Amino acid sequence: MTFALPAIFAILTLAGAVAALVLRNLVHCALSLVFAFAGLGGVYISLGAQFAGLAQVLVYAGGVAILIVFAVLLVRERDEKQDHTTIRWGNLLSGIAVSTLVFIALARCILSSTGLHNAAPTAPVAEIREIGTMMMSVDILPLEIIGVLLTASMLGAVIIALKEARR
Amino acid sequence: MTLDILLLVSAALFTLGLASSLLRRNAILVLVGIELMLNAANLNFIAFWRFSAHPEAFTGILFVLFSIALAAAEAAVGLALIISIHRFYKTSNVDRIDRMKG
Amino acid sequence: MNSSWIVTHLWLIPLLPALAAGISSLLSHHRRITAASLAITAMFGSLLLSLCAFSTVLLHLGGASASRAVLNFNWLQFGGEWLRLGWVLDPLTAVMLAMVTFVGLCIFIFSVGYMQHDENFARFFCFLSLFAAAMLGVVISNSLLLLFICWELVGLTSYLLIGFWYQKPAAAAAAKKAFITTRIGDLGLFAGILWLSYSTGTLIFYDHGAGCIEQTALVVVASHSTAIGMTVATAIALLIFCGAAGKSGQVPLHTWLPDAMEGPTPVSALIHAATMVAAGVFLVARVYPLMSAGMNTAGTTTALTVVAWVGAITALFAAFIAVAQSDIKRILAYSTVSQLGYMMLGIGVGGVAVGMFHLITHAFFKALLFLGAGSVIHGCHEEQDIRSMGGLRKYMPVTFAVYAIGMLALCGFPLFFSGFWSKDAILHAASEWSVSRVPFYMGSLAALLTAFYMTRQVATVFFGQYRGHAGHDHAGNEHAPHESPAVMTVPLILLAIFAVVPGLLGTPLWPWFTSFLHGEMATYDPNGFSEPGLMGVMLTSSCIVFLGLGLGWWIYGRKPRTTATSPDPMENATPWVFNVLEHRVYVDQLYEATLYRLNAAIAWLADWLDRVIFCGAVKTVIAAVIAFSNMDTSIESNAINGTFDAGCGSVSFSGRLLSHLQNGQVQRSLRAVGLTLVLLLLAWFAFGWSVKA
Repeated sequence: MTFALPAIFAILTLAGAVAALVLRNLVHCALSLVFAFAGLGGVYISLGAQFAGLAQVLVYAGGVAILIVFAVLLVRERDEKQDHTTIRWGNLLSGIAVSTLVFIALARCILSSTGLHNAAPTAPVAEIREIGTMMMSVDILPLEIIGVLLTASMLGAVIIALKEARR
Repeated sequence: MTLDILLLVSAALFTLGLASSLLRRNAILVLVGIELMLNAANLNFIAFWRFSAHPEAFTGILFVLFSIALAAAEAAVGLALIISIHRFYKTSNVDRIDRMKG
Repeated sequence: MNSSWIVTHLWLIPLLPALAAGISSLLSHHRRITAASLAITAMFGSLLLSLCAFSTVLLHLGGASASRAVLNFNWLQFGGEWLRLGWVLDPLTAVMLAMVTFVGLCIFIFSVGYMQHDENFARFFCFLSLFAAAMLGVVISNSLLLLFICWELVGLTSYLLIGFWYQKPAAAAAAKKAFITTRIGDLGLFAGILWLSYSTGTLIFYDHGAGCIEQTALVVVASHSTAIGMTVATAIALLIFCGAAGKSGQVPLHTWLPDAMEGPTPVSALIHAATMVAAGVFLVARVYPLMSAGMNTAGTTTALTVVAWVGAITALFAAFIAVAQSDIKRILAYSTVSQLGYMMLGIGVGGVAVGMFHLITHAFFKALLFLGAGSVIHGCHEEQDIRSMGGLRKYMPVTFAVYAIGMLALCGFPLFFSGFWSKDAILHAASEWSVSRVPFYMGSLAALLTAFYMTRQVATVFFGQYRGHAGHDHAGNEHAPHESPAVMTVPLILLAIFAVVPGLLGTPLWPWFTSFLHGEMATYDPNGFSEPGLMGVMLTSSCIVFLGLGLGWWIYGRKPRTTATSPDPMENATPWVFNVLEHRVYVDQLYEATLYRLNAAIAWLADWLDRVIFCGAVKTVIAAVIAFSNMDTSIESNAINGTFDAGCGSVSFSGRLLSHLQNGQVQRSLRAVGLTLVLLLLAWFAFGWSVKA
């Protein structure tokens, strides 16, 4: 792993995030989000977590982002494509202030910590077979729970979004 | 690529997600911010896994996998909620959805 | 004698009339016959019991202590001590019981006829019975406290009876005056009772040596001295005499007795001649051991000297006033005052027997005279002025006869009538009094005046021409005065007998009465008349009586007045003196100008004090309370409420502030979360934590 590959993907991710923050058009925001997710997936792969990166791209970029696009399209006002409402300046300032403060705090946390400048140890071979074996033996419980959770959330989402039955 | 840079990136991503949640009017974009924050956390996990003493344990990867699944489920439910609220309130502007006030 | 039946049941004697009074008070006033028969039956029963007591004492004569029986009992408990009451049967009690019940019975029977036409007949007998009960209670009581209780009851019933015709303002005023005047005397009596109780520790008269007038107690009181020099015994005796003076109409507390004639004549006879006014004399006789405690070398004490002087002054003073009165009952009233003075003089100079003998004889003939006057008034159809009567000898012979007997007894006609012997005993004792002979002269002059005014009265009423308007009877015909019915004349005759006979009990030949009171049998003493000075006094008093009778006849009997309005011969002789006497020496007016004014002033002061000072104080307190409550209200509404409201306001204000956090906008809470995260991290740094890889 070199410096360059994760850095490029990181920049891509950050750019996508910034775009999602700033852009007016909702669909554009959603699509820039795809970039962010994809970039992050690249970071994962370049760091040696190939399965995680693939999962990221598949689920996030191919699932969540599309879902967001669908939602945007579904909740649109008539002929309204952009987010027109202006934010109150008090909220704006406080939002920016809080975000900045959080970043400063986190950065301070990170930078004041020692032992973070070391080089990475040798990358392990993250074989999918081993991941699968672990998932089925050591981490079987979270797996099952995730299955139940997904089922439940799917059901919940369907029920919530269902139009009310006609009386 | 050292750990602190990765962590800084993760912090920056988290902050951007927080800002999106705080500053955008549309409910869906608030959700977008939440997804970004979740992703920042995932990045943290992978970074720490990569630079940990025993990367062969795959703990970080597994955690991230579960986190991704969770985030997806949560995004689905959240968007369903937003759709339902839009149906009721005829708006998706978070400033106007204040029935929980008081 | 202590255990004989009558002694243990002596309380029945006052109880019977009391029961009669109680029962008849519950009856309706239509039940006249029931009320009268109850009263007369009860009185008759008391008479029988009194005679039984009298005979018991007669049988047990043998010295002062042997002839006395007491029965004391505990009444009320005060802490560790008992208040005791009791009754006593001794010769004094026995003779008083017999007299009171007999005279009372005669008067009760007389009243049946006299009050025939009065609509309050039943009430009259109720009150009469109550009075009889109270008077008998006074007589038998062995405790000064019980005596005082019955004394006050006697005063109460006297008030009720004087004011019997209460619709008449004069009667109501007279009743009030009687009550208040005797009350003034009773204050002294009460003070004396308290002091005696304090000094001797008991109020029982005879208690087997421990009584308050027995030797041990008397030694105590006679030896202590008060601050003004007299002994305690004298002081107490004088205080008790105050009460006696009030009840017995001594000067200066005599003014109520003539006014008490507003009551019906039987009341005047019973209460103001025979019994109640005699109660004062009886009281002095009862506490005579106290009065005579500490005799000095002259054989008398200060208390007895005072009693004698007051008696003598009263006797003379009242006799003077009686000369100028023209109401038949008022003459007799002043005569009563005068005779009461004699009784007190008798006790003061001669001892209990002398005074009591005159009391007993006086009771009979004075009751006779009053009832006779009642008969005259009834016969003349309620006329009371003697100037409007006259010649009643023809119309009312029986009344005239008994009245004459009574009048001669009162004057003290020699030898035959009881009044002679009793008055003579007093004058004899007065002439031998070691302190002074002046009371003797005063008594003699009063005897002269008594004969004079009684002759005046009898001559004006019974002799000459009838000067009055007899009035109309029920049929509307005008007719002359008439004799009274038998129910009224028979008691008169009975009393007339007793106006004569008791005189025989007190002659020097056979001094039965004196010995009886001392608890001994009397013996026939053939040398009784040879006592030094006795014959001289008897001759002197006889001469005085004849002189008075003669003068009275000369002025009033020879040429009786012809019209009702012509002036009195005495008035022509000495108009100024007569006028003063006719207006009763202006004593009432003097009292009015001084005492009544003083009392009114004190009353006005008390009223002012009450209305202004005390009321003002109360109003101040009220105002203070109201001001305080106003202050409380203002504190409550301003300070407390205000503070509370401010507190609540601040709570709601802070609530309003905090509610901004909950305005329903999700991003606001998210901002809060982020801020909290920052603060936590800062805190983390402040404590110097950091992450180590």
